[in-house]
Amino acid sequence: MDNLIDIKGVTHAYKTPNGPLPVLDDLNLTVPEGEFAAVVGPSGCGKSTLTRLVAGLMKPDRGEVWLHGELVKSPRKTVGMAFQNPVMLEWRTILQNVILPLEIVAPSMPSADRKARAMELLSLVGLEGFENKRPSELSGGMRQRASLCRAIVHKPDVLIMDEPFGALDAFTREDLWQTMHQLRANEPFTAVLITHDLRESVYLGDQVIVLSGRPATTQFVLDVGYPGEGLRQLDGLYTPQCAEMLATLRDQIRIAQGRQPGPAVH
Amino acid sequence: MRMAQKIGVPILAIGLFVAFWEFLVWANGWPDYVMASPSDLPKAYARFWELFLVGSWQTLWRTVAGLGLAVIFGTLLGMIMGFSRIARDGLYPLLVGFNAVPKATLVPVLALLFIGQHNFNTVLMAFLISFFPIAVSVGIGLSTLEPEYRDILRSLGASKVTIFRKIALPKTLPEFFGALKVSVTLAFIGTNLVEIISPHGRGLGALFLSGQTNSNYPLMFAVLIALAVLGILLYYGVVALEKIFAGWAERLQG
Ligand SMILES: Nc1ncnc2c1ncn2[C@@H]1O[C@H](COP(=O)(O)OP(=O)(O)O)[C@@H](O)[C@H]1O
Ligand SMILES: [Mg+2]
Repeated sequence: MDNLIDIKGVTHAYKTPNGPLPVLDDLNLTVPEGEFAAVVGPSGCGKSTLTRLVAGLMKPDRGEVWLHGELVKSPRKTVGMAFQNPVMLEWRTILQNVILPLEIVAPSMPSADRKARAMELLSLVGLEGFENKRPSELSGGMRQRASLCRAIVHKPDVLIMDEPFGALDAFTREDLWQTMHQLRANEPFTAVLITHDLRESVYLGDQVIVLSGRPATTQFVLDVGYPGEGLRQLDGLYTPQCAEMLATLRDQIRIAQGRQPGPAVH
Repeated sequence: MRMAQKIGVPILAIGLFVAFWEFLVWANGWPDYVMASPSDLPKAYARFWELFLVGSWQTLWRTVAGLGLAVIFGTLLGMIMGFSRIARDGLYPLLVGFNAVPKATLVPVLALLFIGQHNFNTVLMAFLISFFPIAVSVGIGLSTLEPEYRDILRSLGASKVTIFRKIALPKTLPEFFGALKVSVTLAFIGTNLVEIISPHGRGLGALFLSGQTNSNYPLMFAVLIALAVLGILLYYGVVALEKIFAGWAERLQG
């Protein structure tokens, strides 16, 4: 009942010189409050389009997007976004970058409070001591950490991430997965994560949504039963439960790509 | 050490250049009316220093005024082209064509249009010749802004003005200053063009012309040197502004 994100029958086509390009076709998706939804699907199927619709950056041709019981017609201040490109403003320090959303959303907030809030997040993701550095002085992983801080600094109730870890090396990526769990333990938010990494979707998601090939529709939803108690451990990914979930997802992706499901891969 | 190198090396280079010039004139035995030598110049400056001061000031302020107009108009035009695809498609060929016209041909046109308005004509020419690089760079800078940069603020409901002020404007500053370095030299050329071609001009260009009519060759060379110095001052003025407002971009390349 208390779904934070409710996407109902969303259909969308881009206008291109070669005529309309259908991208989403009667897509339905619900994410309960506080849950983490990981979305996977073939590349070019319309995942980024979906994030732009949820953020209110564009309107679907048909269907509705509801956030917190309100119909989304335009951007809202209660959304945070992170992309594959950390989109750091090079002329600002890391601290000033993280503060940016507060300048828009809470213009009357005292600057000391803004700074305190940003510092709280920066130390949570291990960037304490780097707040006065320029983005160009940081590694890609550190920039992406700062980008995550910026996405949630204004306490949005929805965090939308479009392949935020896609450009990072495997070790940095796993570090950031753990950071993601730490952030969620500290800050309650509902999240939509677009990813092309199935292990990432299982490790981070409460549910994994597989989109079909373009035009995308919800093809399959997996409820993640992650092994172990408390904060998820990376080791859990190597248990039989996870192997089974990953195999299921792989089959679904193959179907989405328009191929026959092959023999189960473990 | 680095500072000393930064100042010392250019001074040494200039010294070597002057020495070579002096040597060349001496070795060839050129008389004054073929090629003045550096040692002739102090006399020319001593005799006409008042004219140099007045002329330099006139050339300087008219260049800066023209450049100022070019910055305002060029930025506005760049914004229009950066934000609207239709405006870009429509204006671009027009601008390229305008830029291709040799500006010397405009001097008589302007002189006829605004008879006797020497200051106005000069500033106008400095402006006309220098706004193009600014408009193009601002236009390209804005139109190539990655959508994510806009989206991080747009998704919070920020207005177009806020997005421009907080993201688009600072992000295009490095390109803007790159263009401004070209434009400042162009504006300077535009000013001098009018000063030299106009019959009753003012500024260093007019001083050059009077040196020519009086066959005072050391004066002509002295004006050229003064122009070079003024040009260097203007250029490094822009570099200083760039350091202040877009210094962050330097680290990106380094
Ligand atoms: N603004 C646009 N105009 C036209 N076509 C677009 C636009 N944005 C994306 N597309 C096309 O729509 C399809 C889906 O894009 P996107 O949502 O970015 O896919 P994904 O993120 O899943 O890779 C792609 O084929 C892409 O080329
Ligand atoms: Mg995408």
